[in-house]
Amino acid sequence: MSDARYLVTASPHLRSRDSTPTIMWSVVGSLMPVAAFAVYYFGPSALLVILASVVGAVGTEAAWGKKGAVRDGSAAITGILLGLCLPAGLPLWMAVLGGAFSIGFGKIVFGGLGQNIFNPALLGRAFLQAAFPVALTTWPAVENVPWWSLRGDNFALPLMGSRVDAVTTATPLGLMKFEQVTTPIRDLAFGTTAGSLGETGAVLILLCGGYLALNNYLNWRIPASIFLSVAAFTTVLHLIDGARYPTPQFMLLSGGLMLGAMYMATDMVTSPTTNRGSWIFGVGIGFLVVLIRLWGGLAEGVMYAILIMNALVPFINRATQPRVFGTTRAKAAA
Amino acid sequence: MSPRKPTPPSQELIKGVWRENPVLVQLLGLCPALAVTNSVANSLAMSAAVLFVLVGSSLLVSTIKRIVPSDVRISTYILIIATFVTIADMILEASVPAVHKELGAFVALIVVNCIILGRQEAFASRNSVGRSLLDAVGMSIGFTLTMVLMGTVREVLGNGTFLGISVMGPHYEPWVIMILPPGGFLTLGTILLVFSWIKRRGEERAKPATAAAGPAVGKAA
Repeated sequence: MSDARYLVTASPHLRSRDSTPTIMWSVVGSLMPVAAFAVYYFGPSALLVILASVVGAVGTEAAWGKKGAVRDGSAAITGILLGLCLPAGLPLWMAVLGGAFSIGFGKIVFGGLGQNIFNPALLGRAFLQAAFPVALTTWPAVENVPWWSLRGDNFALPLMGSRVDAVTTATPLGLMKFEQVTTPIRDLAFGTTAGSLGETGAVLILLCGGYLALNNYLNWRIPASIFLSVAAFTTVLHLIDGARYPTPQFMLLSGGLMLGAMYMATDMVTSPTTNRGSWIFGVGIGFLVVLIRLWGGLAEGVMYAILIMNALVPFINRATQPRVFGTTRAKAAA
Repeated sequence: MSPRKPTPPSQELIKGVWRENPVLVQLLGLCPALAVTNSVANSLAMSAAVLFVLVGSSLLVSTIKRIVPSDVRISTYILIIATFVTIADMILEASVPAVHKELGAFVALIVVNCIILGRQEAFASRNSVGRSLLDAVGMSIGFTLTMVLMGTVREVLGNGTFLGISVMGPHYEPWVIMILPPGGFLTLGTILLVFSWIKRRGEERAKPATAAAGPAVGKAA
């Protein structure tokens, strides 16, 4: 009876060492180089904005979320990701508000982690974009600015607007869309352009995301299908009219595509559960990104593309359910 | 179930404010609550129109309830409501043309507002004229309070003003989203959340008394 070899236990008998906190904190870790690069490139403003949105997100989770939900790290990820898609000169109270909205309206109202339909960080970004359209599209200049200087009125009083006129510039996508100027690929790949904190440095994001993909913490099919569909779609367009449509490498490396494809589209909660579904999901995002960037009213479309596809995930899941082992297709049975 | 006691007339008036609030409890009239609450002035104008239409049609319906054949009662109510809506529409257009223009089609849409048809069908058609009047006024007050609450939240946050008067100072950064359609959904959702939270808390406080009285009955239910 007491023989340990014949110990009877309940299933499951095989366990993975991964748990929600392990995965979530690995993602946080993999975002650190991206955040560090943003600070290196945008100065102390970047650190302040990221910290402010983390404070907003984690604070909201601690106040209204499920007990102990802060420790799983998911609110921290949301805060960091939100911070990375904001401009450096944003007043900090807006970043805190965005973080609170992300968690409050993006996650807690749906019932907490695992229940939300939309990516919380992107929802917070969409809210801020709709609430403060000017502040969210004021990109600080990147050249001839001392590193330690603030890139805007970060310390604007809560609820008040920016009091200083920061030196601003346009993002590569804005330049392409509204002024027909193309930014060199080298600048895009290594991050020396204007944009959101995590919009720059495509190669670095690719490396950090690749680390997660190797550990199976994100489904590589999603970023792969996004990149492939963006590349295929823009290659066709570029071949049709090279003067009007940008090159595929520009489209892949500019804007928030890298961050969105690697970190936001692959959110385990809001992406399809099947591999076939992941391909459909990714191709849909890639297609919508190009559609919005080239023909929409906005310069950047990654955020809305991912949110739209998030809404379709339940349908994708239902349509791509694999056949249960041992059963035959309805047609074959008949 | 105990036989229904006649409710005191005062109850007919105040039930619409909180316990049976048309928007927050019955979830009726959500279309105007979402669409025209982007400023306090619009909310007030809409509420005034609803008050006029609801009181007018409730009075008329409860007066003629005995002579309306039940087969055609809904269409009769709609005709009566439409008559009052047309009057309200014309009065608004003549007196406050700017607000009328902003409200747009939503004044005409009061015809299909479920609060009004609902009160005719559920109350005015089976109660006395006096009670119907009290019910209509109470429901209108409940509707007005909700509309003004939403209008206040949205105008103050979205524009920094209340009834057009600046309340947040000259440097206020308006939350543009609050006067756009998403702001309506966010505000209504938040208000419903807070409202049902308050209600549930009240019920939980009342629970221990009933639970002590008969726990077995509670379990069977």
